[in-house]
Amino acid sequence: MTCDHKWRPFADNAIARSRAELYSSIRLFMSDRHILEVDTPILSRHGISDPFIDSIRAEAPLAGLSPLYLHTSPEFCMKRLLASGIGDCYQIAHVFRDGEKGKRHTLEFVMLEWYRLRFDYHKLIDELGELLAFLGLDKPSKKTYSDIFKQTFDIDPVSIEIEQLRTLAKDAGWYNASDQRHSLLDFLFSHEVIKQIKKEKSLIIYDYPACMASLARLNKENPNVCERFELFIDGMEIANGFTELTDSDEQRQRFEKDLEERKDNKMHSPPIDNHLLDALKHGLPDCAGVALGLDRLLMVLTGKQTINEVNNFTLENN
Amino acid sequence: MATYSTSEFKNGLKLMMDGDPCSIIENEFVKPGKGQAFNRVRLRNLKTGRVLEKTFKSGETVEAADVMDLEMQYLYNDGETWNFMDTSSFEQFAADENAVSDAKQWIKGEEMCLVTLWNNVPLAVAAPNFVILEITDTDPGVRGDTAQGGSKPATLETGAVVKVPLFIENGELLKIDTRTGEYVSRAKE
Repeated sequence: MTCDHKWRPFADNAIARSRAELYSSIRLFMSDRHILEVDTPILSRHGISDPFIDSIRAEAPLAGLSPLYLHTSPEFCMKRLLASGIGDCYQIAHVFRDGEKGKRHTLEFVMLEWYRLRFDYHKLIDELGELLAFLGLDKPSKKTYSDIFKQTFDIDPVSIEIEQLRTLAKDAGWYNASDQRHSLLDFLFSHEVIKQIKKEKSLIIYDYPACMASLARLNKENPNVCERFELFIDGMEIANGFTELTDSDEQRQRFEKDLEERKDNKMHSPPIDNHLLDALKHGLPDCAGVALGLDRLLMVLTGKQTINEVNNFTLENN
Repeated sequence: MATYSTSEFKNGLKLMMDGDPCSIIENEFVKPGKGQAFNRVRLRNLKTGRVLEKTFKSGETVEAADVMDLEMQYLYNDGETWNFMDTSSFEQFAADENAVSDAKQWIKGEEMCLVTLWNNVPLAVAAPNFVILEITDTDPGVRGDTAQGGSKPATLETGAVVKVPLFIENGELLKIDTRTGEYVSRAKE
Protein backbone atom coordinates (compact mmCIF):
# COMPACT_ATOMS: atom_id res chain seq x y z
CA MET A 1 0.00 0.00 0.00
CA THR A 2 1.38 3.42 -0.86
CA CYS A 3 1.38 6.09 1.82
CA ASP A 4 0.17 9.59 1.00
CA HIS A 5 2.54 12.14 2.51
CA LYS A 6 0.32 15.16 1.94
CA TRP A 7 -0.63 15.19 5.62
CA ARG A 8 2.87 16.45 6.43
CA PRO A 9 3.25 20.12 7.37
CA PHE A 10 5.12 22.10 4.67
CA ALA A 11 7.72 23.91 6.70
CA ASP A 12 10.19 22.10 8.91
CA ASN A 13 9.97 22.26 12.69
CA ALA A 14 12.83 24.77 12.86
CA ILE A 15 10.50 27.31 11.23
CA ALA A 16 7.79 26.65 13.81
CA ARG A 17 10.40 27.29 16.52
CA SER A 18 11.60 30.52 14.81
CA ARG A 19 7.99 31.69 14.72
CA ALA A 20 7.54 30.95 18.42
CA GLU A 21 10.76 32.86 19.22
CA LEU A 22 9.60 35.82 17.15
CA TYR A 23 6.24 35.98 18.95
CA SER A 24 7.81 35.72 22.40
CA SER A 25 10.42 38.40 21.55
CA ILE A 26 7.63 40.73 20.42
CA ARG A 27 5.66 40.06 23.61
CA LEU A 28 8.76 40.80 25.70
CA PHE A 29 9.41 44.05 23.78
CA MET A 30 5.80 45.16 24.26
CA SER A 31 5.52 44.27 27.94
CA ASP A 32 8.81 46.10 28.68
CA ARG A 33 7.09 49.20 27.31
CA HIS A 34 3.81 48.52 29.15
CA ILE A 35 1.90 48.06 25.94
CA LEU A 36 -1.12 45.86 26.65
CA GLU A 37 -1.83 42.76 24.59
CA VAL A 38 -5.43 42.65 23.40
CA ASP A 39 -7.41 40.06 21.49
CA THR A 40 -10.35 41.16 19.33
CA PRO A 41 -12.69 38.96 17.24
CA ILE A 42 -11.98 37.71 13.76
CA LEU A 43 -15.67 37.58 12.83
CA SER A 44 -17.51 40.81 12.27
CA ARG A 45 -20.78 42.03 10.81
CA HIS A 46 -18.80 44.71 8.94
CA GLY A 47 -16.41 44.28 6.05
CA ILE A 48 -13.67 46.58 4.87
CA SER A 49 -14.52 49.55 2.64
CA ASP A 50 -10.94 50.03 1.37
CA PRO A 51 -11.11 50.08 -2.45
CA PHE A 52 -8.19 47.66 -2.80
CA ILE A 53 -8.84 45.15 -0.02
CA ASP A 54 -11.52 42.48 -0.06
CA SER A 55 -12.97 40.80 2.99
CA ILE A 56 -13.66 37.09 2.94
CA ARG A 57 -17.32 36.48 3.67
CA ALA A 58 -18.59 33.86 6.07
CA GLU A 59 -22.06 32.44 6.57
CA ALA A 60 -23.84 31.75 9.84
CA PRO A 61 -27.41 31.07 8.70
CA LEU A 62 -28.40 29.19 11.87
CA ALA A 63 -27.56 32.27 13.94
CA GLY A 64 -29.42 34.47 11.46
CA LEU A 65 -26.26 36.52 11.04
CA SER A 66 -25.34 36.39 7.38
CA PRO A 67 -23.27 37.71 5.83
CA LEU A 68 -20.42 37.92 8.27
CA TYR A 69 -16.90 39.03 7.40
CA LEU A 70 -13.47 37.83 8.52
CA HIS A 71 -11.47 40.86 9.59
CA THR A 72 -8.75 42.14 7.24
CA SER A 73 -6.97 43.80 10.18
CA PRO A 74 -7.86 44.28 13.86
CA GLU A 75 -7.74 48.07 13.42
CA PHE A 76 -11.39 49.00 13.99
CA CYS A 77 -11.88 47.07 17.23
CA MET A 78 -8.55 48.29 18.55
CA LYS A 79 -9.50 51.90 17.81
CA ARG A 80 -12.76 51.39 19.70
CA LEU A 81 -10.70 50.10 22.65
CA LEU A 82 -8.48 53.18 22.37
CA ALA A 83 -11.51 55.48 22.36
CA SER A 84 -12.78 53.71 25.47
CA GLY A 85 -9.50 54.54 27.22
CA ILE A 86 -7.55 51.28 27.15
CA GLY A 87 -4.24 53.04 26.45
CA ASP A 88 -1.24 51.70 24.49
CA CYS A 89 -2.10 48.28 23.09
CA TYR A 90 -0.97 45.65 20.60
CA GLN A 91 -2.32 42.50 19.04
CA ILE A 92 -0.98 39.51 17.13
CA ALA A 93 -3.88 38.53 14.89
CA HIS A 94 -4.66 36.19 12.02
CA VAL A 95 -6.17 38.34 9.26
CA PHE A 96 -7.85 37.43 5.98
CA ARG A 97 -7.89 39.04 2.53
CA ASP A 98 -9.61 37.62 -0.52
CA GLY A 99 -7.76 37.34 -3.82
CA GLU A 100 -4.25 37.77 -2.40
CA LYS A 101 -2.25 34.79 -3.58
CA GLY A 102 1.39 34.79 -4.62
CA LYS A 103 4.97 34.38 -3.49
CA ARG A 104 4.47 36.96 -0.74
CA HIS A 105 0.70 36.77 -0.33
CA THR A 106 -1.69 34.31 1.22
CA LEU A 107 -5.39 34.67 1.98
CA GLU A 108 -4.65 34.26 5.70
CA PHE A 109 -1.63 35.79 7.37
CA VAL A 110 -0.50 37.01 10.76
CA MET A 111 -0.34 40.68 11.61
CA LEU A 112 1.21 42.51 14.51
CA GLU A 113 -0.60 45.77 15.12
CA TRP A 114 0.19 48.31 17.81
CA TYR A 115 -0.95 51.78 18.86
CA ARG A 116 0.87 54.41 20.88
CA LEU A 117 -0.91 57.35 22.49
CA ARG A 118 0.56 60.82 21.97
CA PHE A 119 2.96 59.43 19.35
CA ASP A 120 3.13 60.87 15.86
CA TYR A 121 4.31 58.74 12.93
CA HIS A 122 7.97 59.74 13.27
CA LYS A 123 8.05 58.69 16.90
CA LEU A 124 6.43 55.39 15.95
CA ILE A 125 8.99 54.89 13.14
CA ASP A 126 11.67 55.23 15.83
CA GLU A 127 9.97 52.61 17.96
CA LEU A 128 9.58 50.28 14.97
CA GLY A 129 13.34 50.66 14.43
CA GLU A 130 13.92 49.70 18.07
CA LEU A 131 11.78 46.58 17.63
CA LEU A 132 13.76 45.60 14.53
CA ALA A 133 17.04 46.10 16.42
CA PHE A 134 15.63 44.04 19.31
CA LEU A 135 14.98 41.23 16.80
CA GLY A 136 18.56 41.50 15.50
CA LEU A 137 17.70 43.39 12.29
CA ASP A 138 19.09 46.62 10.85
CA LYS A 139 17.53 49.93 11.83
CA PRO A 140 15.91 51.40 8.71
CA SER A 141 16.91 54.63 7.01
CA LYS A 142 14.20 57.10 5.91
CA LYS A 143 13.14 58.69 2.62
CA THR A 144 9.99 60.51 1.58
CA TYR A 145 7.68 59.02 -1.04
CA SER A 146 8.39 62.03 -3.29
CA ASP A 147 12.16 61.69 -2.98
CA ILE A 148 12.24 58.00 -3.88
CA PHE A 149 9.96 58.69 -6.86
CA LYS A 150 12.18 61.56 -8.01
CA GLN A 151 15.20 59.27 -7.82
CA THR A 152 13.53 56.84 -10.22
CA PHE A 153 11.51 59.00 -12.60
CA ASP A 154 12.60 62.56 -11.98
CA ILE A 155 8.98 63.56 -11.35
CA ASP A 156 7.08 64.71 -8.29
CA PRO A 157 4.37 62.05 -7.68
CA VAL A 158 2.24 64.52 -5.71
CA SER A 159 1.91 67.24 -8.34
CA ILE A 160 2.39 65.38 -11.66
CA GLU A 161 -0.57 65.35 -14.09
CA ILE A 162 -2.56 62.11 -14.48
CA GLU A 163 -1.85 61.93 -18.22
CA GLN A 164 1.90 62.00 -17.65
CA LEU A 165 1.52 59.24 -15.07
CA ARG A 166 -0.45 57.15 -17.57
CA THR A 167 2.25 57.55 -20.19
CA LEU A 168 4.90 56.45 -17.72
CA ALA A 169 2.79 53.44 -16.71
CA LYS A 170 2.18 52.38 -20.30
CA ASP A 171 5.87 52.66 -21.09
CA ALA A 172 6.59 50.46 -18.09
CA GLY A 173 4.25 47.72 -19.39
CA TRP A 174 0.80 48.29 -17.91
CA TYR A 175 -1.38 46.91 -20.69
CA ASN A 176 -4.61 48.81 -19.91
CA ALA A 177 -3.33 51.62 -17.74
CA SER A 178 -5.99 52.98 -15.39
CA ASP A 179 -6.97 56.65 -15.14
CA GLN A 180 -6.90 56.65 -11.34
CA ARG A 181 -4.01 58.44 -9.72
CA HIS A 182 -3.75 56.04 -6.81
CA SER A 183 -3.58 52.96 -9.09
CA LEU A 184 -1.06 54.55 -11.44
CA LEU A 185 1.19 55.48 -8.52
CA ASP A 186 0.83 51.94 -7.12
CA PHE A 187 1.85 50.50 -10.47
CA LEU A 188 4.93 52.68 -10.91
CA PHE A 189 5.88 52.18 -7.28
CA SER A 190 5.55 48.38 -7.23
CA HIS A 191 7.18 47.84 -10.64
CA GLU A 192 9.87 50.51 -10.96
CA VAL A 193 10.45 52.55 -7.79
CA ILE A 194 10.78 49.28 -5.87
CA LYS A 195 14.06 48.60 -7.70
CA GLN A 196 15.48 51.72 -6.06
CA ILE A 197 14.11 50.64 -2.67
CA LYS A 198 15.68 47.18 -3.02
CA LYS A 199 19.13 48.75 -3.04
CA GLU A 200 18.75 49.45 0.66
CA LYS A 201 18.61 46.71 3.27
CA SER A 202 15.94 48.39 5.38
CA LEU A 203 14.10 51.55 4.36
CA ILE A 204 11.15 53.59 5.62
CA ILE A 205 9.16 55.48 2.99
CA TYR A 206 7.01 58.26 4.48
CA ASP A 207 4.73 61.17 3.58
CA TYR A 208 2.54 59.36 1.05
CA PRO A 209 0.39 61.43 -1.36
CA ALA A 210 -2.95 62.46 0.13
CA CYS A 211 -4.84 60.20 -2.31
CA MET A 212 -3.30 57.24 -0.46
CA ALA A 213 -4.20 58.45 3.02
CA SER A 214 -6.54 55.58 3.97
CA LEU A 215 -6.89 56.11 7.75
CA ALA A 216 -3.93 58.47 8.10
CA ARG A 217 -4.03 62.13 9.14
CA LEU A 218 -3.12 64.65 6.46
CA ASN A 219 0.04 66.60 7.18
CA LYS A 220 -0.89 69.94 8.73
CA GLU A 221 1.87 71.91 6.98
CA ASN A 222 1.43 70.19 3.65
CA PRO A 223 -2.05 68.69 3.18
CA ASN A 224 -0.97 67.23 -0.20
CA VAL A 225 0.70 64.45 1.76
CA CYS A 226 -0.44 62.28 4.64
CA GLU A 227 1.36 61.14 7.77
CA ARG A 228 1.77 57.57 6.60
CA PHE A 229 4.86 55.35 6.37
CA GLU A 230 5.85 51.92 5.17
CA LEU A 231 8.80 49.72 6.03
CA PHE A 232 10.62 47.79 3.28
CA ILE A 233 13.27 45.16 3.95
CA ASP A 234 15.15 43.91 0.86
CA GLY A 235 12.43 45.59 -1.21
CA MET A 236 9.63 43.64 0.49
CA GLU A 237 6.82 45.60 2.14
CA ILE A 238 6.77 44.67 5.83
CA ALA A 239 4.80 47.32 7.73
CA ASN A 240 2.39 50.20 7.23
CA GLY A 241 1.67 52.90 9.79
CA PHE A 242 -0.08 56.23 10.32
CA THR A 243 -0.59 59.11 12.59
CA GLU A 244 -4.21 58.09 12.99
CA LEU A 245 -7.06 60.15 11.65
CA THR A 246 -9.25 61.11 14.62
CA ASP A 247 -11.84 63.28 12.83
CA SER A 248 -15.02 61.23 12.43
CA ASP A 249 -16.57 63.48 9.75
CA GLU A 250 -13.46 63.23 7.58
CA GLN A 251 -13.34 59.48 8.17
CA ARG A 252 -16.98 59.12 7.11
CA GLN A 253 -16.30 61.08 3.91
CA ARG A 254 -13.34 58.83 3.14
CA PHE A 255 -15.44 55.69 3.74
CA GLU A 256 -18.17 57.00 1.43
CA LYS A 257 -15.64 57.86 -1.25
CA ASP A 258 -14.11 54.39 -0.91
CA LEU A 259 -17.51 52.73 -1.27
CA GLU A 260 -18.23 54.89 -4.31
CA GLU A 261 -14.97 53.71 -5.87
CA ARG A 262 -15.81 50.09 -5.02
CA LYS A 263 -19.17 50.50 -6.72
CA ASP A 264 -17.49 51.94 -9.83
CA ASN A 265 -15.18 48.92 -9.90
CA LYS A 266 -18.19 46.58 -9.46
CA MET A 267 -16.88 45.31 -6.15
CA HIS A 268 -18.98 44.18 -3.20
CA SER A 269 -19.83 47.12 -0.92
CA PRO A 270 -20.16 46.13 2.73
CA PRO A 271 -22.06 48.36 5.18
CA ILE A 272 -20.08 51.20 6.81
CA ASP A 273 -18.98 50.36 10.36
CA ASN A 274 -20.79 53.08 12.30
CA HIS A 275 -19.38 51.81 15.60
CA LEU A 276 -15.96 53.01 14.53
CA LEU A 277 -17.29 56.41 13.44
CA ASP A 278 -19.17 56.77 16.74
CA ALA A 279 -15.98 55.90 18.61
CA LEU A 280 -14.11 58.61 16.69
CA LYS A 281 -16.93 61.05 17.50
CA HIS A 282 -16.67 60.15 21.16
CA GLY A 283 -12.95 60.84 20.86
CA LEU A 284 -10.00 58.82 19.70
CA PRO A 285 -6.92 60.02 21.59
CA ASP A 286 -4.10 61.36 19.44
CA CYS A 287 -2.11 58.29 18.53
CA ALA A 288 -0.07 56.52 15.89
CA GLY A 289 -0.48 52.91 14.86
CA VAL A 290 1.37 50.42 12.70
CA ALA A 291 0.58 47.00 11.23
CA LEU A 292 3.40 44.60 10.48
CA GLY A 293 3.23 41.33 8.52
CA LEU A 294 4.79 38.67 10.73
CA ASP A 295 5.03 35.96 8.04
CA ARG A 296 7.13 38.28 5.89
CA LEU A 297 9.23 39.32 8.87
CA LEU A 298 9.81 35.61 9.51
CA MET A 299 10.85 35.22 5.86
CA VAL A 300 13.48 37.92 6.45
CA LEU A 301 14.66 36.35 9.71
CA THR A 302 14.96 32.84 8.23
CA GLY A 303 16.10 33.81 4.73
CA LYS A 304 13.11 32.25 2.94
CA GLN A 305 11.92 33.52 -0.42
CA THR A 306 8.22 32.62 -0.30
CA ILE A 307 5.52 33.02 2.33
CA ASN A 308 4.55 29.34 2.01
CA GLU A 309 8.00 28.32 3.27
CA VAL A 310 7.31 29.89 6.66
CA ASN A 311 3.89 28.31 7.02
CA ASN A 312 3.26 24.67 7.88
CA PHE A 313 -0.24 24.76 6.53
CA THR A 314 -1.65 26.62 3.54
CA LEU A 315 -4.78 26.15 1.48
CA GLU A 316 -2.78 23.68 -0.63
CA ASN A 317 -2.60 21.21 2.25
CA ASN A 318 -5.35 22.25 4.61
CA MET B 1 -15.03 35.34 -27.50
CA ALA B 2 -13.48 33.30 -24.72
CA THR B 3 -11.69 35.24 -22.00
CA TYR B 4 -9.63 34.49 -18.92
CA SER B 5 -9.65 36.42 -15.66
CA THR B 6 -6.28 37.16 -14.06
CA SER B 7 -7.22 34.77 -11.25
CA GLU B 8 -7.07 31.93 -13.84
CA PHE B 9 -3.58 32.89 -15.02
CA LYS B 10 -1.04 30.08 -14.87
CA ASN B 11 1.93 28.91 -16.86
CA GLY B 12 1.03 27.64 -20.32
CA LEU B 13 -2.24 29.59 -20.58
CA LYS B 14 -2.69 31.02 -24.11
CA LEU B 15 -3.75 34.67 -24.49
CA MET B 16 -4.18 37.13 -27.34
CA MET B 17 -1.85 40.09 -26.99
CA ASP B 18 -1.76 42.87 -29.60
CA GLY B 19 -3.21 40.47 -32.18
CA ASP B 20 -0.72 37.66 -31.58
CA PRO B 21 -1.20 34.43 -29.62
CA CYS B 22 1.01 34.25 -26.54
CA SER B 23 1.69 31.69 -23.84
CA ILE B 24 2.23 32.61 -20.18
CA ILE B 25 5.64 31.57 -18.91
CA GLU B 26 5.56 33.36 -15.56
CA ASN B 27 2.78 34.93 -13.50
CA GLU B 28 3.53 37.06 -10.44
CA PHE B 29 0.98 38.60 -8.07
CA VAL B 30 2.08 42.11 -7.04
CA LYS B 31 0.15 44.17 -4.51
CA PRO B 32 1.05 46.99 -2.19
CA GLY B 33 -0.77 46.26 1.11
CA LYS B 34 -3.14 49.19 0.73
CA GLY B 35 -2.94 49.48 -3.02
CA GLN B 36 -3.98 48.18 -6.39
CA ALA B 37 -3.33 44.47 -7.07
CA PHE B 38 -1.57 43.50 -10.30
CA ASN B 39 -0.66 40.37 -12.21
CA ARG B 40 2.72 40.81 -13.79
CA VAL B 41 3.22 38.20 -16.50
CA ARG B 42 5.97 37.12 -18.83
CA LEU B 43 4.63 35.81 -22.13
CA ARG B 44 6.10 34.12 -25.15
CA ASN B 45 4.72 35.32 -28.47
CA LEU B 46 3.97 32.03 -30.21
CA LYS B 47 4.41 33.55 -33.66
CA THR B 48 7.73 35.29 -33.17
CA GLY B 49 9.09 33.43 -30.15
CA ARG B 50 9.83 36.77 -28.48
CA VAL B 51 9.35 37.07 -24.73
CA LEU B 52 7.45 40.11 -23.46
CA GLU B 53 6.38 41.43 -20.08
CA LYS B 54 2.91 42.82 -19.41
CA THR B 55 1.00 43.87 -16.33
CA PHE B 56 -2.73 43.59 -15.75
CA LYS B 57 -4.93 44.92 -13.00
CA SER B 58 -6.01 41.90 -10.95
CA GLY B 59 -9.58 40.94 -11.82
CA GLU B 60 -9.25 42.13 -15.41
CA THR B 61 -10.18 39.73 -18.21
CA VAL B 62 -8.05 39.03 -21.25
CA GLU B 63 -9.01 37.49 -24.58
CA ALA B 64 -8.08 33.81 -24.82
CA ALA B 65 -6.09 32.57 -27.81
CA ASP B 66 -7.63 29.61 -29.63
CA VAL B 67 -4.44 27.58 -29.52
CA MET B 68 -4.11 23.82 -29.10
CA ASP B 69 -1.44 21.19 -29.44
CA LEU B 70 -2.27 18.03 -31.42
CA GLU B 71 -0.27 14.95 -32.40
CA MET B 72 -0.37 14.69 -36.19
CA GLN B 73 1.23 12.55 -38.82
CA TYR B 74 3.48 14.24 -41.37
CA LEU B 75 2.34 13.31 -44.87
CA TYR B 76 4.31 15.15 -47.55
CA ASN B 77 5.81 18.44 -48.67
CA ASP B 78 4.50 19.87 -51.94
CA GLY B 79 7.25 22.44 -52.33
CA GLU B 80 5.32 25.19 -50.59
CA THR B 81 3.52 23.63 -47.67
CA TRP B 82 4.13 20.77 -45.29
CA ASN B 83 1.03 18.65 -44.86
CA PHE B 84 -0.08 16.91 -41.68
CA MET B 85 -3.02 14.70 -40.74
CA ASP B 86 -4.91 14.37 -37.49
CA THR B 87 -5.02 10.56 -37.35
CA SER B 88 -8.22 10.47 -35.30
CA SER B 89 -10.34 12.78 -37.50
CA PHE B 90 -8.29 12.29 -40.72
CA GLU B 91 -8.47 16.05 -41.15
CA GLN B 92 -5.48 17.49 -42.98
CA PHE B 93 -3.61 20.69 -42.23
CA ALA B 94 -1.08 22.60 -44.32
CA ALA B 95 1.80 24.28 -42.49
CA ASP B 96 3.86 27.05 -44.07
CA GLU B 97 7.65 27.21 -43.95
CA ASN B 98 7.57 29.51 -40.93
CA ALA B 99 5.71 26.91 -38.87
CA VAL B 100 8.11 24.07 -39.74
CA SER B 101 11.25 26.22 -39.67
CA ASP B 102 13.25 23.92 -37.39
CA ALA B 103 11.27 20.69 -37.75
CA LYS B 104 11.50 20.43 -41.52
CA GLN B 105 15.13 19.25 -41.56
CA TRP B 106 14.25 16.17 -39.49
CA ILE B 107 11.06 14.83 -41.03
CA LYS B 108 10.69 12.73 -44.18
CA GLY B 109 7.13 11.41 -43.85
CA GLU B 110 4.93 9.32 -41.52
CA GLU B 111 6.47 10.74 -38.31
CA MET B 112 4.11 11.81 -35.55
CA CYS B 113 4.73 15.51 -34.83
CA LEU B 114 3.31 17.93 -32.27
CA VAL B 115 1.41 20.56 -34.24
CA THR B 116 0.30 23.78 -32.52
CA LEU B 117 -2.88 25.08 -34.14
CA TRP B 118 -4.01 28.70 -33.83
CA ASN B 119 -7.53 29.30 -35.15
CA ASN B 120 -7.15 25.90 -36.84
CA VAL B 121 -3.99 26.86 -38.75
CA PRO B 122 -0.60 25.32 -37.89
CA LEU B 123 1.46 27.89 -36.01
CA ALA B 124 4.38 25.69 -35.04
CA VAL B 125 5.47 22.11 -35.61
CA ALA B 126 7.77 20.15 -33.35
CA ALA B 127 9.54 17.11 -34.82
CA PRO B 128 9.60 13.92 -32.70
CA ASN B 129 12.38 14.09 -30.08
CA PHE B 130 14.23 11.26 -31.81
CA VAL B 131 14.26 10.39 -35.52
CA ILE B 132 16.06 7.67 -37.49
CA LEU B 133 17.56 8.84 -40.78
CA GLU B 134 19.91 7.43 -43.40
CA ILE B 135 23.26 9.01 -44.28
CA THR B 136 23.43 9.99 -47.93
CA ASP B 137 26.85 11.57 -47.90
CA THR B 138 29.88 11.37 -45.62
CA ASP B 139 33.61 10.63 -45.87
CA PRO B 140 34.55 6.92 -45.77
CA GLY B 141 34.64 5.43 -42.28
CA VAL B 142 37.94 4.97 -40.40
CA ARG B 143 38.10 1.42 -38.99
CA GLY B 144 39.24 0.64 -35.50
CA ASP B 145 38.74 4.24 -34.47
CA THR B 146 35.77 3.65 -32.15
CA ALA B 147 37.39 4.75 -28.91
CA GLN B 148 39.08 7.94 -29.99
CA GLY B 149 37.27 11.26 -30.33
CA GLY B 150 36.95 13.23 -33.51
CA SER B 151 34.00 13.74 -35.77
CA LYS B 152 33.07 14.52 -39.35
CA PRO B 153 30.00 16.02 -41.03
CA ALA B 154 27.35 13.71 -42.49
CA THR B 155 24.44 14.70 -44.72
CA LEU B 156 21.18 12.89 -43.98
CA GLU B 157 18.41 11.91 -46.38
CA THR B 158 16.37 14.97 -45.35
CA GLY B 159 19.28 17.30 -46.15
CA ALA B 160 20.21 17.99 -42.52
CA VAL B 161 23.90 17.90 -41.67
CA VAL B 162 25.02 16.41 -38.34
CA LYS B 163 28.38 15.65 -36.78
CA VAL B 164 29.08 11.91 -36.52
CA PRO B 165 32.01 9.80 -35.20
CA LEU B 166 34.75 8.93 -37.70
CA PHE B 167 33.81 5.20 -37.94
CA ILE B 168 30.32 5.86 -39.35
CA GLU B 169 29.82 4.73 -42.97
CA ASN B 170 27.78 6.11 -45.83
CA GLY B 171 24.30 4.51 -46.00
CA GLU B 172 24.08 3.77 -42.28
CA LEU B 173 20.98 4.58 -40.24
CA LEU B 174 21.43 7.05 -37.38
CA LYS B 175 19.37 8.01 -34.36
CA ILE B 176 19.28 11.81 -33.95
CA ASP B 177 18.04 13.97 -31.07
CA THR B 178 16.10 16.72 -32.87
CA ARG B 179 16.10 19.03 -29.82
CA THR B 180 19.88 19.38 -29.90
CA GLY B 181 20.51 18.30 -33.49
CA GLU B 182 23.04 15.76 -32.24
CA TYR B 183 23.91 12.19 -33.27
CA VAL B 184 22.87 9.67 -30.58
CA SER B 185 23.77 6.23 -31.95
CA ARG B 186 23.65 3.88 -34.92
CA ALA B 187 20.19 2.47 -35.52
CA LYS B 188 18.69 -0.63 -37.07
CA GLU B 189 15.70 -0.30 -39.36
